[in-house]
Order: sequence, then C-alpha cells, then structure tokens
Amino acid sequence: MIANLELVIDICLLAFLIMIVFASIKITDLFAVTMLFGIFSFVSALLFLDLDAVDVAFTEAAVGAGFTTVLMLSALRLTTRFENVKHRHSLLGLPIVILTGAALLYGVADFPNMGDANAPIHHHLAPDFIRLTQQKIDIPNIVTAVLASFRGYDTFGETVVIFSAGAAVLMLLGMGHVERKQEPEKNLILWVVVKPMIALILIFGLYVQFHGDFGAGGGFQAGVIFASGFILYSLVFGETYARKVIPATILPRLSALGVLIYGVTGLMSLISNKPFLDYNALSSNPVGGQHLGILLVEAGVGLAVFSTILLIYYSFSGREVIHYE
Amino acid sequence: MNEILGHFNYGIVILLMMMGLYIVIASSNLIKKLIGISVFQVSVFILYITFGKITGGNPPIIVDNVDVYSNPLPHVLILTAIVVGVATTSVGLALIVRIREAYGSTDEDDINDIDKNDNFYLKNRSTT
Repeated sequence: MIANLELVIDICLLAFLIMIVFASIKITDLFAVTMLFGIFSFVSALLFLDLDAVDVAFTEAAVGAGFTTVLMLSALRLTTRFENVKHRHSLLGLPIVILTGAALLYGVADFPNMGDANAPIHHHLAPDFIRLTQQKIDIPNIVTAVLASFRGYDTFGETVVIFSAGAAVLMLLGMGHVERKQEPEKNLILWVVVKPMIALILIFGLYVQFHGDFGAGGGFQAGVIFASGFILYSLVFGETYARKVIPATILPRLSALGVLIYGVTGLMSLISNKPFLDYNALSSNPVGGQHLGILLVEAGVGLAVFSTILLIYYSFSGREVIHYE
Repeated sequence: MNEILGHFNYGIVILLMMMGLYIVIASSNLIKKLIGISVFQVSVFILYITFGKITGGNPPIIVDNVDVYSNPLPHVLILTAIVVGVATTSVGLALIVRIREAYGSTDEDDINDIDKNDNFYLKNRSTT
C-alpha cells in the first residue's frame, strides 16, 4: 500500500513538472519563466523526497528553488525582460527533438523496472557502502559517509569547481558597489517579519552543517542556507548594510580558505604515510579519525559554498545597469 | 501494466529532457536557453535518483529495524552536481550580462546581425 502511494505521488509530481515546462516554453515574459523555474525546482525537490533521496531534495530546495531564482532575477535586472517571439526556430527544433527523443526511448526500453531491488545498480558498490559505513565510519547518514570519506576525492574536485566558478564570475562582473539611491523602500511589515526569520535561517544553517552526519544535510546544503540568510537580509534592508556585515572583499578569501581546509585535511593523512584523504590517520582510533575528518571536510565545503554563493550574489546585484535606446 | 508503470519515470524524464533541448534550440534568447539547459539538467538528476530507488526501501540513513535502504551512490553524485550546476549556471549568466553590456541585446539573432554589421557594434559598445 505504501509503495503504491509513493508511485501515485511520483506520477502526480511528474505531471506537474511536464505542465510547468510546457508553460515556460510558451511564455515569453522571462520574469514569469524564472518564477516557473523556481516552482519547477521545488516540485522536483518534492519528487526527490518521494524517491527516498532526502539529501538531494534538501539541496534542490535550497539551491534550485531558493538561490537560482534570486540569481536569475538579478541577471534579468541587468538584461532584458522579454523574449523576442519573432526569433523562434520552432521548425528547426521539432524534428531534432523528436528524433533524439525516439532514440532515447529506444535506449531505455531494456532498463530494469523502477524500484526493482534486483537491478544491477543495487548489487555493485552500494551494498559495500552501506555495510562499510556501519563498520568503519559509524555515522547514520550513508550519503554523508560516501560523500566525505569514500568518495572524498570526487567531492574535493567539486569544491574546487565551485571555487573556480566563483572566481570566474568575479573576473567577469567584479565585486560591484552600491550607491545610496539603490536602497529598497522602507517596509515596516517586511522588516518586522524578516528580522527574526534571518536568525532562524542562520541557526538552521548551522544545524544542517553540524547535524549532517546524523540526518539529512551537510556542508553543501548548509552553505547555501547560510548564504540565503544574508541574501534575504540584503534584499530587505539594502545591500549597503549587508556589505557592512560581510564585506565583499573577504568572500574570495573565505572561499579559498574553505578549499584549503579540505586540502590540508587530505595532506595531514599524507604526512602520516597514509593515502590522501584517508581519515584513519587523523586519530589513534580509526573511527574517531573518520568522524574528525568528515567534520573538517564538511566545514571546508560549507565555508567554500557559503562564500562563493554570496560572492556570486554580490557580483550580480552590485553591477550597474547600462541602459540602451 | 507493471512494465508500463516501471518505465513511466524514464519516459517522463526523456520528455522533460527533450523539452529542455527544444527550448535551447528554438529560443534565440540567451537567458531562456540557459533555463532550457537547467531543465535538461534537472531531468538527468531525476533519471539518476530513479535508478537509486528501491520499492519499499528507506532513505539511506541508518536506523534500527530497517534492512532495505535505497541506493546512496546516485544521491551523492546528484547532491554535488546540483551545487556545481548552480555555480556553472551563474558563470553562464555572468557571460550573458557581459554580452548584453557589449551588444545591448541578449538575443542571438540580433547579436549575429550586429556582428555582421560591425560599425553598429563599435558605436554602441560600452566603454568600461
């Protein structure tokens, strides 16, 4: 019965996703499309939750529905709001899309059924990860264990990618600056409602950061949630104040520091003649070493993600609009 | 019937993926193209998470009295991919902003016209 309910929810949410994307193909007002895309991300987060991927749902809700929407809106401010309908290449697109789709449909025909416990994917690596997490790492959240310990190299690479993306945006747009006249209007209701909310968001971010070993969460989600607290502050109270709380100039340094914490944790195991990122070397007790290593690495990831996300936001919002015509 | 329901997610994922691809090809607006790419990206995420699901399984967080956990590996891959995805999307948006500042348009066809007629480009180019 419960399995059937999961399937029913799955089908409903997928139907929503199709409708949202169909609407955003038709609509030419990019502001509306951006809002639709925020809804799209949130519905897909619900879908991930339905498919047992709690950590992924968490990330998608924080990143997709939260930060991406703000980012797209800041980019729209600097560009144009309406799409030129005359420049649509529908005839070119349709045959390509139909052909590719048919080829892919042919390709998935021999996939195992969804939810089949005998599918090959569930018999290679995954049982080992589940068993070894209980034996060697001893934290409840298997996703965090795989992310930070078993596949630590991979996560290190991804942290570096995020850092480089932040650097690229910084080189393209600069840190920006704020002038007094750009300040938002005083809105008493918003001020009163938002102020306690920011405190809650920041505390929740810290909880997600340090509770990631035990429940859903971790450095990636915590970094985005923590940054969105500051972004909310900046949206409601004005960027001048936000930049006083966290100056834009220290953000690239914090971002680099986050990557450095991750790297140094790896190097510490090299010093004690163990492989890179082997946390057993960090403490005399291997399980204790794993706990310490995961904590340090997640802290590095959290710091890097937080400062990169906030830096990207500052870069977009601090850019001056150039008017044409 | 079981076969159809078991492959339902794959079919919808491909439909979403193709709608994203269609936006990229059909629209000449650069921001809309980026949204199309993001839709494509999310559909790949859904495909991976669908692979990891086990019917009657539980989220991969160890609790007592539970034996069946959904596959944690796709979750790890997609979790990091989402954050990397937003970082790369922001690089794309930054490039679009710079293109708008140089050309005064985010429309690909307009930009091509301006490039063919170079004088127009020189006249309107931002000085910064």
